[in-house]
Amino acid sequence: MIEVTELTKRYGRKTAVDRLTFTVRPGHVTGFLGPNGAGKSTTLRMLLGLNDPTGGTATVGGRSFRNLPRGLRHVGALLDAGDVHGGRTGRAHLRALARSNAIPSGRVEEVLHEVGLAEAAGRRIGGYSLGMKQRLGIAAALLGDPPVLLFDEPLNGLDPEGVLWVRGLFRRLAAEGRTVFVSSHMMTEMEHTADRLVVIGRGRLIADESLAGFAARAGRSSVTVVAAEPAALTGVLTAAGATVRPDGAGALTVTGLDATRIGELALEHRLLLHALTTRTASLEEAFMELTADSVEYLAGEPR
Amino acid sequence: MSTPTLAPAPSPASTGAEPRASFGDLLAAEWIKLWSLRSIPWVLLLSASVIVIVAARGASYTYDHFDPSPAAHYYQTALTDSFNTIGADVVMLVAGGLGAFVVVNEYASGLIRTSLAAVPDRRALLLAKALVLTAVVLGWGAAVAGTSFGIAQAILSGRGIGLSITDPGAFRFVAGAALFAPVCALVGLCLGVLIRHTAASIVSTILVLFFVPAFFTDTYRWSADISHALPFTAWRRLSVVDLRDQFVSPYPATVTSAWIAFAVWSLASVAIAALAIQRRDH
Repeated sequence: MIEVTELTKRYGRKTAVDRLTFTVRPGHVTGFLGPNGAGKSTTLRMLLGLNDPTGGTATVGGRSFRNLPRGLRHVGALLDAGDVHGGRTGRAHLRALARSNAIPSGRVEEVLHEVGLAEAAGRRIGGYSLGMKQRLGIAAALLGDPPVLLFDEPLNGLDPEGVLWVRGLFRRLAAEGRTVFVSSHMMTEMEHTADRLVVIGRGRLIADESLAGFAARAGRSSVTVVAAEPAALTGVLTAAGATVRPDGAGALTVTGLDATRIGELALEHRLLLHALTTRTASLEEAFMELTADSVEYLAGEPR
Repeated sequence: MSTPTLAPAPSPASTGAEPRASFGDLLAAEWIKLWSLRSIPWVLLLSASVIVIVAARGASYTYDHFDPSPAAHYYQTALTDSFNTIGADVVMLVAGGLGAFVVVNEYASGLIRTSLAAVPDRRALLLAKALVLTAVVLGWGAAVAGTSFGIAQAILSGRGIGLSITDPGAFRFVAGAALFAPVCALVGLCLGVLIRHTAASIVSTILVLFFVPAFFTDTYRWSADISHALPFTAWRRLSVVDLRDQFVSPYPATVTSAWIAFAVWSLASVAIAALAIQRRDH
């Protein structure tokens, strides 16, 4: 269980995390979403006691992580796959971590095997690919068999097989009753991984709910209509309260009325329709829409 | 990459039976970290060879230019031949550099975040680092100073001027050289924690150890006091056993104050580093 209450972090005049409150429960994979610069990594660092909050609290299992003498049996974390020394072998890296937490060295071999690095463990980390470093980071997070796991952008650099494996692993960890908290700036990554979402933008909470709830709340559907007389249909639909946008190739995008009602109206006015398609907004679109106001670095932003 | 297989999953409840990780485990972990970087044994071995070769050459020079007249005394020369200022310079460079390196390599690579996520008790982590560093560098310093002393005295015994470790002041001379190494290493560690950038930390360590002593002389009381409190000057005081033929300062340093300087620099370095690591965001 992760509890974040009124968590705030300011760097000088810039507020990175702004009175953030949410709870991450065990037994689920919870996605932590937000555009780049939204404050995800800062929040995770405060959870791990690496950064001190300016205000508020962040606890894991009811305790402030910073006050624990050793961490690996409480929280397994992968913040950045690059947080390793390239001169060591993967095995030596994990052995040192395990030893610091009195974890038997047999466990090192177990996690190496589990993440598929058993053969590469004797090589220096400097020669690993990004995907291999991600696997090593996941191995380190699993070392202490912790009830809470934090992953910051764990899918970066993984090949498709690796992505599938990670998703399966996260689900399994959650099914075992652990708290699994995974950050990403890509909704598409979370769509097939998480069953709950915490969405933030510019350090503020935007949503804290189930994936289905988020989709239902944010996903506005539209109807694409191709009509023989688009101008006449536009007049009829606008009169009925819909918003109609010409779609370039003779099609109209209609929001505010569902497909059934549009069909009825067309029949009443004897207007011929060639196509009538309902489009449900994807989660990605819903996410983009919700975070549009809080995107930190917008491409083509006027200066 | 092989297809990952799922290990039998222990339930999270197993974390309840947590064996308490002791400080000894932290020491062992830091020991693993230090020796798993291949460059470290090489640097220690090569620099030790340099110091021993310099000692052998110094003793050979004295051997070749030996003056048998009774007016010449060789007590201090025999000591200095075994570990001179070049030896001390190499120690400052290697021990100071290694001290900075053991922390800066973690900051530069980002490993520090992984380390602190495993060991949130930052002071314990730093103390373990400092103790392992001290043990390794002291062992290295003792081996280097002892070997240099042995080789130099073996050469000089051919002229009847070789000393034994039991001769007055000889042990102090060797101990001063050996202990100088961990003092330098801890200063490096402290500056590494404060500065965190590889090049800047190592350059600052060298500046503090090498160049600061050059700014202070024994001309004035205040200047002499500062000078005597510096690690390099303290080592030099410990290395002077036979005061004949030596420059006599108007404000002479004492051997006791030199030992105190060693202790204060070591302890203050660790204390400042602990304070800094405790307060900082990582």
